[in-house]
Amino acid sequence: MTATATAGETVRGRGGRRLVDRVARVRELGIVVALAVLFGVTGAVNPSFLSYASLRDILLNSAIIALLAVGQTLVVITRNVDLSVSSVVGLAAFGGALVLADNPGVPIPVVIAGCVLLGAVCGAVNGLLVGAAKVPALVATLGTLYAFRGIDYAWAGGRQVNAADMPEGFLALGTSAVLGVPLLALVALVVLLVVGWMLRNLRSGRELYAIGSNPEAAVLAGIRVRRRIVAAFVANGALAGLAGVMWAARFGTVDATVATGKELDVIAAVVVGGVAIFGGSGTVYGAALGALLLSSITSALAVLRVDALAQMAINGALLIAAIALDRVLALRVAAALRRAKERPPNRITPSDHSEAR
Amino acid sequence: MDQTPVLSLSQVSKAFGAVRAVREVSLDLHPGEVHALAGENGAGKSTIVKILSGVHRPDSGRILLDGEPVEFAGPADAQQAGVAVIYQEPTLFPDLSVMENIFMGRQPRSRFGIDRRAMRAAAAELFTRLGVRLDPDQPARGLSIADQQLVEIAKALSRQARVLIMDEPTAALSGNEVARLFGVATTLREQGCALLFISHRLEEMFELCTRVTTLRDGAYVATDLIADITPDDLVRRMVGRELDALFPKQETDAGEVALKVGRLTREGVFTDVSFEVRRGEIVALAGLVGAGRSEVARAIFGIDRWDAGSVEVAGRRLRPASPTAAMAAGLALVPEDRRQQGLVMDLSIERNIGLAGLAAVRRGPLVSRAAERKRAADWAVRLRLKYARLADPVNVLSGGNQQKVVLAKWLARGPSVLIVDEPTRGIDVGTKAEVHRLLSELAASGVAVLMISSELPEVLGMADRVLVMHEGRLVAELSRAEATEESVMAAATGRRAA
Repeated sequence: MTATATAGETVRGRGGRRLVDRVARVRELGIVVALAVLFGVTGAVNPSFLSYASLRDILLNSAIIALLAVGQTLVVITRNVDLSVSSVVGLAAFGGALVLADNPGVPIPVVIAGCVLLGAVCGAVNGLLVGAAKVPALVATLGTLYAFRGIDYAWAGGRQVNAADMPEGFLALGTSAVLGVPLLALVALVVLLVVGWMLRNLRSGRELYAIGSNPEAAVLAGIRVRRRIVAAFVANGALAGLAGVMWAARFGTVDATVATGKELDVIAAVVVGGVAIFGGSGTVYGAALGALLLSSITSALAVLRVDALAQMAINGALLIAAIALDRVLALRVAAALRRAKERPPNRITPSDHSEAR
Repeated sequence: MDQTPVLSLSQVSKAFGAVRAVREVSLDLHPGEVHALAGENGAGKSTIVKILSGVHRPDSGRILLDGEPVEFAGPADAQQAGVAVIYQEPTLFPDLSVMENIFMGRQPRSRFGIDRRAMRAAAAELFTRLGVRLDPDQPARGLSIADQQLVEIAKALSRQARVLIMDEPTAALSGNEVARLFGVATTLREQGCALLFISHRLEEMFELCTRVTTLRDGAYVATDLIADITPDDLVRRMVGRELDALFPKQETDAGEVALKVGRLTREGVFTDVSFEVRRGEIVALAGLVGAGRSEVARAIFGIDRWDAGSVEVAGRRLRPASPTAAMAAGLALVPEDRRQQGLVMDLSIERNIGLAGLAAVRRGPLVSRAAERKRAADWAVRLRLKYARLADPVNVLSGGNQQKVVLAKWLARGPSVLIVDEPTRGIDVGTKAEVHRLLSELAASGVAVLMISSELPEVLGMADRVLVMHEGRLVAELSRAEATEESVMAAATGRRAA
């Protein structure tokens, strides 16, 4: 009888899994479909949207946000959030630009490494506040959002670094392309693939999911939760540092206000990309696609001559739609699992009645 | 027992602030034995489990592994030493697959990272060893509690655990799931594991275990061979006093019909359920887990919508799907899961008690703290609640006292119909008797009580009438005289239609 019962359960399990799989796939597939529709419709209305220059701009615009979304995903998966990324980007962008402007002789790789390191240090501050001092991530990183920006302002003291002050070689990074693909987009793509591989195939990557899925169980499973959370914040900070250099290279003109408010775009991309805001599930691919979708929409709305103010509202509506879709799907899955569980055949063994349960 | 114990505690003490959770407790676990840990809620069993599993470090005393003193700096150390814990609520990662749950942190690796194929094969092999069939790829979300526990046991096996601690593993299992778990436990014991088994059900200890160690108020009482003692002896060791009759339902004359449920149906959940509960009566709703009893209660109280039928309270039809209407009509529901549904765990005792009756402690648009406190203090005394301060959060209370808070919350409203769902689940023997006394007094004072219970002795001892559900239908109504373990079980398992 046990065999029959468990066989029934296994079948139910498979049904549940197929459903979950399908939904998971739909989440990323859905974004791809949305992108296809967006490009199709906009391209039909205004073919210049599909021109090389336009596509290149879209890739460049989404590269930095996508990079930040990849980093943010690492943090969100652990059931945390990092609001301070935009300030870290600002700090790294200004720091890198200033060093290059004042000392044109410094090798560019050293500047890039320095910015990544600066970002990692900022990430470590966040990580220690959240992981060690147990300050809720929302509060801790809201604090550092202001603190890092404050440091940036104090450092800049109203100064601005212009493109003319920076070496040609550095600015070329922002405009050069390999086989027609912008270098910055390639950097984001490589980071995406590496982080995606790590999250799926390294124990430490799976542990991030475990922490977000059930923090208490993660402790009991012997996972070094604190260390992993700090590591996630450090990695996110380092990527934000990298994004800062990319920002400086792309825009050339850098002051203390760089990237202000971008943290919300990043989180929006992550959420639209299907990363559960309460941790435990989602992929960096989804997050990066989310970033691509959001910047494509912005570009499309501009091409379609939609009022810039309406654009924000449309972005907001899209975000809510994504979250609503997520919730509806989650409820559907839960209902399907519940239906499958209700009264499975042969669950109760008549011969066993040691108690009335 | 002449061989060295795998794991033992020697004179271990642990305090949390001013509360001395355990005092000088000693415990030996030998390979090939199932050792029971008995005690009321708050006796220190959970603390012992957490010390053994490395979650807490003892303030004094020693932990011995194979006779050598060890220190567990954290759960990882205890696991390294071969100690595994199956908690009552399994601690799985719902978003991850069964196999990842088993091998988290120890996934088989190849040169290219985690080797999923090897992991799948290893998980399948573990399930074969346990004699169960589970799909390694399915997500843990959606598994039944019983299956989740099996995943936990597979996890322990994969770690070559030599000591398996099961903390109330059977509390949420149905009969055949318990039998399956006991089968697995016996297999492990025969393979030389040491098992520590915690349960509130004495009959399970006597069925499965070889020895039993009893704790009372954090202190060690005795370790006995199960064969040498009777359940009554064990209860005496746990409570430290003779218990009054466990089930003191007073005879009462049933009054007029207070609750009338007519042909109530919720598609796919329960069908055509009709019954009445009169004032002064305790009516038990028995059946196997999943028979639809709690769902009927939820529908009556208006939490879930019903598809057909009616509910009348004191002759007046109740608006469907409205807990507000149900409360206004004099209904109260003490839910099955007090931590999730019955209480706001972080709120204070007084606020929890006041929660269902804010209208009564209102002054204008504001809640009067003084009235709230007075009401709470009043009910705390009437229910003999054990607490330090009424302003303490309820999560510091033991399970039994938490249940009293839930009861107080509803009783303070003066309900005419009280529905209690598993009123004594997971609470200790002493408090259980108090809850029974209380229900009996309520019935005597004219309240109609509908009691859902999975414990047959409770059903038989307390109920004036027993309704039995099977697969969503009411299949039997037994009077007190007709109700026996055999007749209730026969109906609950569908072998006899009434």
